[in-house]
Amino acid sequence: MDEFLILSLPPMLIAALAAIACALPGNFLLLSRRAMLGDALSHVVLPGIVVAFLLTGSGSGVVMGAGALAAAGLSALFIEEITRRTGMEPGAAMAVVFTTMFALGVVLLETTGTSGVHLDVEHALYGNLESLIWLGAPPPELLRLTLIAAGLALALRLVWRPLVLATFDPVFAQTQGVPVGLVRAGLTGATALAAVAAFQAVGSILTIAMLICPAAAARLLTQSLPAQLAASLGFAVTAALGGYVLAGYAPLWLGLPFTLSAAGMIATLCGLMLAAAALIASHRARAAL
Amino acid sequence: MADRVPPNPLRAAECPALEVRGLSLRYKDVQALEAVTATVPAGSMTAIIGPNGAGKSTLLKSVLGLVQAEGEVRAFGGPVAQAMARIAYVPQRAAVDWAFPVRVIDVVLMGCYRQTGLLGRIDAQVMAQAQSALARVGLQDFARRQIGALSGGQQQRVFLARALAQGADLFLLDEPFAGVDAATESAIIGVLKSLRASGATILAVHHDLTTVASYFDRVLLLNRRSIAEGPVAQTFTRAALEKAYGPALFPDPAIRSAS
Repeated sequence: MDEFLILSLPPMLIAALAAIACALPGNFLLLSRRAMLGDALSHVVLPGIVVAFLLTGSGSGVVMGAGALAAAGLSALFIEEITRRTGMEPGAAMAVVFTTMFALGVVLLETTGTSGVHLDVEHALYGNLESLIWLGAPPPELLRLTLIAAGLALALRLVWRPLVLATFDPVFAQTQGVPVGLVRAGLTGATALAAVAAFQAVGSILTIAMLICPAAAARLLTQSLPAQLAASLGFAVTAALGGYVLAGYAPLWLGLPFTLSAAGMIATLCGLMLAAAALIASHRARAAL
Repeated sequence: MADRVPPNPLRAAECPALEVRGLSLRYKDVQALEAVTATVPAGSMTAIIGPNGAGKSTLLKSVLGLVQAEGEVRAFGGPVAQAMARIAYVPQRAAVDWAFPVRVIDVVLMGCYRQTGLLGRIDAQVMAQAQSALARVGLQDFARRQIGALSGGQQQRVFLARALAQGADLFLLDEPFAGVDAATESAIIGVLKSLRASGATILAVHHDLTTVASYFDRVLLLNRRSIAEGPVAQTFTRAALEKAYGPALFPDPAIRSAS
């Protein structure tokens, strides 16, 4: 039991908190048809981290987090500007910006020799959930993600009404005095914060899955927005805990001598949940005919 | 709602509900509006008519400050920004995603946002206001229905109810009759006429030239510039229509007799 508390509980809590932090803005990204933004922001984190490391020489979570946030903010601005100036479809603008920024990060990693030292591409992609264990004190990620998840939940509660209004009908919202641009930027900022926090714990691939999959599955199965939000949080936590346990223990149960990547298993569960939700929803739609 | 007293009734009665002076707007290399001038008297019901691309929707949006145009717009004798609480906007139905997971009553309550604000409770009075707005468009039994389950005509009526719940006295409607059936059209026009009877002002983008005379008392003919404006009897003439739509327009008998 002690082994579980030290080795498994902290990473499980971190995964669950990351999933919650991501699912909160994810619901609104999905509804405003900006799901791609999560993909974009979780990729641009890489050059931000590399540049922060090159500038400061520090590999601390706070410095890298700041670099990642700055890169995410810069990319969000690029995306907005490209969309506004060229009238390009937002999805295309996002695809252009995030692939370019990610490529820049890879080039920086390779040319500056940071890759072998402190930054590990594998961790950037798959996270290092398994290493976030209780070493005399809780891992710093645990406190950070607790604060961010709680902050995002509180912020969502505060701006719920204008956020829903601006997401459903931005033009009408403007006539009601809702600062639509600010709300939109706030959602982008919340997404960046969640993506950066989750990225440090669970890597960029999983971050995308956590931002969109639970919300998308919940969207298929629910009728109202509060129900969708609640269901998405349930899916997110289930995927996080279930994925971690399956990755760590399922091979042992089967008598296999290895464990799987927790991040990979969590993302796989997210995808399976979405697939199940899609099956159920299409079955329901057929039954309703 | 209808019995709401304007902040300054005397002044409101003197001033036109809406005054537009020299409103111009360019989108990249397209001149969408060119020095548009119009006056909408309080208590009138005005149709904005003109061909596609004439800038009708754009005019409404620039009046509301949703797009930035040059020129002067005054509502109830003051800047529009100060009168926004008294102005209700009914956008085109196609402007939103009707699969959005909200109920009919939630959409109508969005019209009460200025009252409830960020965190204010939706109390019994606000709820009653929304319910009565819904009843006015004949959808009182649909309050808890998902908006995605509504027909096009019902969706349009929900939008009108949202504007009613706002308790405004100037209504700007963008094609309220587009793609709705006859029953919905007559329900909407009934509501608009009762609004006018209670002193509200209506300005609507309208496409069906055959119903202009029976629905509206004034017209604004628009084709990037304001071609003509005034009471239907004097302004809705064949000459003015040809000026707005070009000589290819063949007006039906109802219009010819009006000219």
